[in-house]
Amino acid sequence: MSSQHHTHITAHHSLFDLNLREVWKYRDLILLFTKRSFVVTYKQTILGPAWIFLNPLISSMVYAFVFGGIAGISTDGIPQMLFYLCSNAIWIYFSSSLTKNASVFVNNAGVFGKVYFPRLTMPISHVLESVIQFGVQMILVLLFMTYYLIKGAVAPNWLSWLLIPLVLLHLGILSLGCGIIISSLTTKYRDLSIVVTFGIQLWMYATPIVYPLSQLSDGFMKNVLMINPVTAPVELFRYAVLGQGTVSWFSYALSWGITVVVMLVGIMIFNHVEKTFMDTV
Amino acid sequence: MNNKQNNREVAIQLSGVKKMYKLGQIGGGTLTADLQSLWARIRGKEDPNSMIGTDQRLVGKTFMALNGIDLTVYQGEALGIIGGNGAGKSTMLKLLSRVTAPTEGEIDIYGRISSMLEVGTGFNPQMTGRENIYLNGAILGMTKAEIDAKLEDIIEFSEVRDFIDTPVKRYSSGMYVKLAFSVAAHLDSEIMIMDEVLAVGDMAFQKKCLDKMKDAANRDGRTVLYVSHNMNTIRQLCDRCVVLDKGQVVFQGNVEDAISIYMDRQMNDAFYRNYEEYKRPSFVVYHRIKLLEADYIGKDNVSFEGNEPMKLHFKWKNLTDVEKLGLRIEILNLEDTAIGTYIVYDFYSGQKDETVEMNVELDISMLMDAEYKTYYTFFNKSEQGGNTDLDCVPGLCFQKTMLTAEQKWIWRPKNWGYLQLPSPEINELKKF
Repeated sequence: MSSQHHTHITAHHSLFDLNLREVWKYRDLILLFTKRSFVVTYKQTILGPAWIFLNPLISSMVYAFVFGGIAGISTDGIPQMLFYLCSNAIWIYFSSSLTKNASVFVNNAGVFGKVYFPRLTMPISHVLESVIQFGVQMILVLLFMTYYLIKGAVAPNWLSWLLIPLVLLHLGILSLGCGIIISSLTTKYRDLSIVVTFGIQLWMYATPIVYPLSQLSDGFMKNVLMINPVTAPVELFRYAVLGQGTVSWFSYALSWGITVVVMLVGIMIFNHVEKTFMDTV
Repeated sequence: MNNKQNNREVAIQLSGVKKMYKLGQIGGGTLTADLQSLWARIRGKEDPNSMIGTDQRLVGKTFMALNGIDLTVYQGEALGIIGGNGAGKSTMLKLLSRVTAPTEGEIDIYGRISSMLEVGTGFNPQMTGRENIYLNGAILGMTKAEIDAKLEDIIEFSEVRDFIDTPVKRYSSGMYVKLAFSVAAHLDSEIMIMDEVLAVGDMAFQKKCLDKMKDAANRDGRTVLYVSHNMNTIRQLCDRCVVLDKGQVVFQGNVEDAISIYMDRQMNDAFYRNYEEYKRPSFVVYHRIKLLEADYIGKDNVSFEGNEPMKLHFKWKNLTDVEKLGLRIEILNLEDTAIGTYIVYDFYSGQKDETVEMNVELDISMLMDAEYKTYYTFFNKSEQGGNTDLDCVPGLCFQKTMLTAEQKWIWRPKNWGYLQLPSPEINELKKF
């Protein structure tokens, strides 16, 4: 029998030993994990995948009512519903991917403890899941867009929609990086899982989601927002889709810088933890 | 090891593999507690999170689950791994299946490995049998195309074709295991690792699984590593066997030799046992009696010859008022198969906190040449009429030998069992 496969296991491992080729070999598994989460989430529900629509639709209506109506926050001349739907779509993409990745070790301890497969398949499938969710929400955005186009309230630059994949990649890497750092640490410290839910809420308000960046005057808050790595891609996204957004080259480059660092640190910690986390989880 | 073996191709090579676990609490459990401990250490103060009264030497004490394993597994062999609880069997399989990494040493695996540490890993109850085949297959390392090609075989083997599009949460536990095993058994890997997966499923299916494994090893030339406490399946499946004890390989070679070495290690030659510190199993819900000690009267060994009766001495304490106490002495062979039980009902009633001693004499003349384990169980009849166990401990072991002078032949437990039943009466023997 041939033995082209040779696995060498030692106590030592390098810091960035990611083995992406192995992850690629398991690409079917990534797709099946993604499929599973959709099948499982919407099985035995009456409305099924319609929930992907309903969720952002209702929350956008609430935002439009509270922030647009009561608080009277400007949306840079974009129709409120459209503005909030866009913001919601991109924020839910980021936050859902982050939340799921933040508990990847603890939630899958049962499977991870029994069988080996490249652990990275799970976080990647979570990002993919969020991409699909995002895609469905964009249908909703398109519907409203058509309505406002007919009314003549918006004039999007369709060519700039090509920037969307770049934004998705950017936020995907960032959420993956943050998520696996948190999940690696939660194998030892369960506190973090509590912080995550709360922290993501706070993070949303520190990101121009329910308001455009242009509404902020220079000062402490604006600086916080500029350092926040999610700000630039969110503004870029709204610029691409709606034609309104404030992106400076500096903040965009900074955001990519943070994203790359987070990702590298994430991979390092993940690599370290995945080898032995079963002993502490 | 002879040359022929040396010429065989190696499938797995373990050299000096060690796995260390830390005993006791690892970290404070929360980030704040760990930071507190760290801060206290920096200032040279006492750790606020160390438990009062704990021996500081024990903190950070380690346990070697595997203590230097050197083992070569050759391609195409079915290797059995046996050993008592805590011998390191499961840890070894975990390392081989890359669930966790070794602390020291190196492992080389030549070929694709598939492990079945537990069947049905990653099965999702909401999904149908078919969906789960794909998911489980992918987790075990198959691509979608490979599963497509094998789907028919898998469904056929699993015997659950009629339910294949039903969510597995509606499956019986047997169907669940059958389906899970079928997926695992159809993997294309060169090395298969199994940890007592055959424990469930009906007899016919268990046999089918074993045959499948045998085929994998003998016909397809795959390497099979099999861990089990069931010596019969080891005998049926394996052609070589390794005995682990305290994290080390104590024997490797012939299956029968390995089993007898393992058995001998299981046998405890104590003729006196104290149970004051013994932690009772969780099924003793009504722990009203506490057996303090048990011993063989007038003996300094555990071997009984011929018709010699077994004289036992028990000492126990009543934890509550006790009525109509009964005692069961269960006899098992070393493979944990029950052989028979001595029962005495309603021999004692007494008050709380009384300490009682008692002698019991057992006729063990019908038990034939072998080594035996026992369990002592105190019980009484509950109001509903069933038996309630009040205490249960593993009892003293013993060895039975018939006097060879009386008996010109050797008793064969494997074929004849362990009991010599009363001689049949022969009537009306006629000659024609």
